[in-house]
Amino acid sequence: MAKTLEMLVNTLARNVEKHKEMTSGNLAFAEAMRQINPDVVAAYPITPSTEIPMRFAEFVADGQVDTEYVAVESEHSAITACVGASVSGGRVMTASSANGVGLMHEVFPIAAAFRAPIVFGLVNRSLGAPVNIHCDHSDSMPERDSGWVQIYCEDAQEVYDTALLSVRLAEHKDVLTPVFVCQDGFITSHCYEAVEMLSDEAVKEFVGERTPHYPLLDVDNPVSYGSFVMSEHYFEIKRNQMEGMFNVPRVYDEVSKELAAYTGREYPMLDCYRTEDAEYVVVIMSSAAGVVKDVVDDLRNRGIKAGCLRVRMFRPFPREAVKDALAGKKGVAVLDRSASIGGTAPIASEVKSALYDLSEKVPVQEYIFGLGGRDFFPKDAEMVFEMLEENDYTSDARFIGLLEGDK
Amino acid sequence: MSKPKSWRDIPPATIAWGATAREVETGLWRSMRPVLDRKKCVSCLKCWLQCPDASILTDEDGKVTAVNLFFCKGCGICAEVCPVKAISMHPESDFANDTEKHGENPGNVGEYIGS
Repeated sequence: MAKTLEMLVNTLARNVEKHKEMTSGNLAFAEAMRQINPDVVAAYPITPSTEIPMRFAEFVADGQVDTEYVAVESEHSAITACVGASVSGGRVMTASSANGVGLMHEVFPIAAAFRAPIVFGLVNRSLGAPVNIHCDHSDSMPERDSGWVQIYCEDAQEVYDTALLSVRLAEHKDVLTPVFVCQDGFITSHCYEAVEMLSDEAVKEFVGERTPHYPLLDVDNPVSYGSFVMSEHYFEIKRNQMEGMFNVPRVYDEVSKELAAYTGREYPMLDCYRTEDAEYVVVIMSSAAGVVKDVVDDLRNRGIKAGCLRVRMFRPFPREAVKDALAGKKGVAVLDRSASIGGTAPIASEVKSALYDLSEKVPVQEYIFGLGGRDFFPKDAEMVFEMLEENDYTSDARFIGLLEGDK
Repeated sequence: MSKPKSWRDIPPATIAWGATAREVETGLWRSMRPVLDRKKCVSCLKCWLQCPDASILTDEDGKVTAVNLFFCKGCGICAEVCPVKAISMHPESDFANDTEKHGENPGNVGEYIGS
């Protein structure tokens, strides 16, 4: 069965028309939007995701898409218009970053509870203050409990593929949950790399048409969204909503296999880079995983069994897969690009929680790195692996690349 | 629509189906209850016009007959606008020992419609 599927994948992948372009993470996302041709885009540009609505507005102005483009007065209005359009039955996309995401905060749980399958290009940037335009994950992490799926991409190719995939994932009848497609601000969003794109026809075939489930505009079957609910039913409605998120892994697997038949590329929820026989593993997300993978190769050449576990899917968190990947390791370091000030950093907290059930304890060190776009160098990753080898742990988080004087 | 027994029976996406407002017991919110004195009432319909929940009931001759306590939230506008003081407001606790359906337990729509 698996072999037949693999053959089918290879056959289809060969026959799909593709081309390569030098492009950036932002422009790859915008190009995916053009090919998806959503019904409505409501957006308010903010660095570093500005190019997404900017490029898309050009597509609208040039008549390359049929999209209703709503120019709004704030991010709050942008996401609110998106929710309205989505529950009306439209296919809806938008993008934002940093404090723009923060301003949308109030509406995210509403979108999720309305089961509005919005696909959102989230270009990660640090939250002010102080104002800083560079990358960290402090904008998306506060939204991790909002009920949205969160997928973090390592490069522009993955951004493009994930944009296509997310439309199908979000709109699947068993999911009906909005999706954040996250990429690192400037590092991924603005750096140019070769990205292989499908033909417009192939994308059209893959994404298909949205079949809305309870559209507000279906006047023959009237519904209202978001009515007032007392304590007698709120709890049940939230539990009912969770089912969509719980179905994500199964549907994600199906949809990503289907997309792989077009692209030849498949992204599991966890990217296990040389972890299988590794003794020491660094857990990380997004673009910085490239640095760690490079260092893993160097260490392997020196006989050190290093590995990199890149968390691609953060919500829902693939708890069982993380547990399986890290069970029996001599040491694990979790590198978070955001802090939960006064608590454990988001990925570290999830990883530690996933490992709790293991009968044999796996030691875990929490690190914070890269806040406000602080560079993350190979020597930093090497240092992390060295400390794992030396069995050097602290109960508090350590900070990578922070000026700490003589300490 | 019967009340759901499980979260699985809840309509998805916070949806309320069409015309289901008829099923919602807004009377549960009430802390003050309007009591109508039909001897004083002149059926001028000021209360009927002003009631935000369309809870003032009339007969086929347009005479005010009662207040629908399934929907009445107890705002007291009817008592306020009544020119002949035919409606008075009383705390729900005054009716705590009543055996017939009312207040916190008004039964099905229109089952208990007050005095």
